[in-house]
Amino acid sequence: MKEYAYFPGCSVKGTAKAYEESLLAVFKELGIIWNELEDWNCCGATIYMSVDETISFTLSSRNMALAEKNGKDIVAPCSACYLVLKKTKDYIEKYPDLKEKIKNSLSSIGLSYSGNTIVKHPLEIFVNDMGLNEIKRHVRKPLKEMKIAPYYGCQIVRPYTDVDNPIYPEIMDSLLESIGASVVEYPVKTRCCGGSLTGTIEEVGLRLNYILIEEAIKRGANCIAVLCPLCQFNLEAYQESINKMYKSNFNMPILYFTQVMGMAFGLSKQSLGMKRSIVSAEHFYPV
Amino acid sequence: MQIKRNIKYESELDKEFIKEVASMYGGEEVYNCIQCGTCSGTCPISLYMDYTPRRIMAMIRSGFKDEVLKSFTIWLCSSCYSCTVQCPMNIKITDIMYALKRMAIEENICPRKFPIPVLAREFTKMVRNYGRINEGRLTTKLFFKSNPFKIFNYSNLGMKLFKLGRIKLMPETIKNPKEIKTLLKGLEGKK
Ligand code: SF4
Ligand code: SF4
Repeated sequence: MKEYAYFPGCSVKGTAKAYEESLLAVFKELGIIWNELEDWNCCGATIYMSVDETISFTLSSRNMALAEKNGKDIVAPCSACYLVLKKTKDYIEKYPDLKEKIKNSLSSIGLSYSGNTIVKHPLEIFVNDMGLNEIKRHVRKPLKEMKIAPYYGCQIVRPYTDVDNPIYPEIMDSLLESIGASVVEYPVKTRCCGGSLTGTIEEVGLRLNYILIEEAIKRGANCIAVLCPLCQFNLEAYQESINKMYKSNFNMPILYFTQVMGMAFGLSKQSLGMKRSIVSAEHFYPV
Repeated sequence: MQIKRNIKYESELDKEFIKEVASMYGGEEVYNCIQCGTCSGTCPISLYMDYTPRRIMAMIRSGFKDEVLKSFTIWLCSSCYSCTVQCPMNIKITDIMYALKRMAIEENICPRKFPIPVLAREFTKMVRNYGRINEGRLTTKLFFKSNPFKIFNYSNLGMKLFKLGRIKLMPETIKNPKEIKTLLKGLEGKK
C-alpha cells in the first residue's frame, strides 16, 4: 500500500475537525497509510489569489516541495486546498517565467520542486485507487432511514481536475451507494454555496444556501453529504440565520461523506466527530 | 446599492485595458469572447451582480476600465469556476475575475470597509505572519473592521462552535514563521 502525505489545511484543523477525525478513522479502517505533511502552510485558498497570484502559487509550491522531499503524493481533503494545489501545478507547467520565480523563492528556504507531486482528494483514493469492491468489504452496518443529497460544491470537480464530470459528477454518489446508503437525485449538486460570501455579503450567501437545502428537501433527502469544510460550514452554521431570513424550518444534518462511510463501517461516534455537529445526525447512527 | 450609469464617450475609454487583462496569467483568451452569454447563464451569482460576466467581458473589450474595476461583480464572484468549464471559447473567466480584483486592489479603488477586500487584507496578513489561518480570529477581525454590529448576531454561533471544539483561540503557526517572509521576499507586487 502506498503512503500519502496528508495535507489537512487550516479549516480541517479548525471548524472542520469532524472531517479530519472521520477521514483518518476511515483511512485507518481501510489500511491507508498517511503522514501529516510536516510543517505545511496555508494554501491561500481563493483569497490569496485575488490579492497576489504569484504569492498564492509560491505558498502552494512550498507544500508540494515538502511532499516531494519525502517522495509522496499529497492527499488534500479540503476542496479549496485541492484546487489551489492542482492549479499551481498546472500554471507552473504552463508559464516558465512563473516556474523560475517560484524556483528562486523556494531555494531561498532550501527547498526545490520539480512539478511532479501528485495531488489527490480522498474520494479519488477510495473510488479509483482502492475500488468500490474493496470498500464494500468493510461495511458492517446498514444505513437505514438516511436519504442523502450528495453535494459536491464547486472546486473539487473543476476545472484543473479530471475527477469526474464538472457539472454533474457521480463519483460520491456511487461511493455512498456502494456502502448501502440511498442517494437522491440532486441536480444542484455542484451549484456554489457562496464560499466566503456568507461571511461578507450575507444576503447573497444565505440565499444560495437556502436554495441548496430547499432543493434537497424537495428531492426527498433528509441529510446532505459534503466533501469540503466550507460547504459544510455554510450549509450547517447558517441554517439558523436562513430560517430567520426565509421563515423556513430547516433542521438538516450536513455530514461529511467520510462520516457516512464510518457509520457504515461501524466505527464509533466519537471517532467520527459526530458530537461536533450543530444539527445533530446521531439519530441516523446505525445500532 | 444605487447604480449610476453615465454616458461614456469613445475618447474616455481605456483601449489598453484589454491588453492589461490579456497579459495576466490565464487572461490570454479574453480576445476570443463571442458574447454567447453562457457564462452569465451558468453563473449562480449573476442575478446579484451589477454587470453579468458576459457584460464584464464586453466592457473589458470596449475599455470600460473604471466601471469594471468599481463593479460589485468582481467581488461577488465566488470562484466557483462554472463559467470557466462551460465557456465555448475556453476563456478562463474565473481567472480574469481574479485579475480584476487584483487590479482593483492595486489601484485602490475598492471601498475601504467593503467586507471582501477587508477579508482579503486580513487573510493575507495572517498567512504572512503565521503561515496558517485561524478561522475564529480571522472572522472576528473581519467583523470588527467591516461591520462591528454583526458580531452580536454571530457571537452565539461563535460560542457554539467553541463549545463543539471547532474554534481555537491560539494562533496557528508553522514551525518557523519567518520562513514564509523569506519565501515571499522579492515576490510581492510582481505579476
Ligand atoms: S461563455 Fe465565454 S464566449 Fe460566451 S460570453 Fe462568456 S466569456 Fe464570452
Ligand atoms: S466563477 Fe465567478 S463569474 Fe464564474 S460562474 Fe462562478 S461566480 Fe460566476
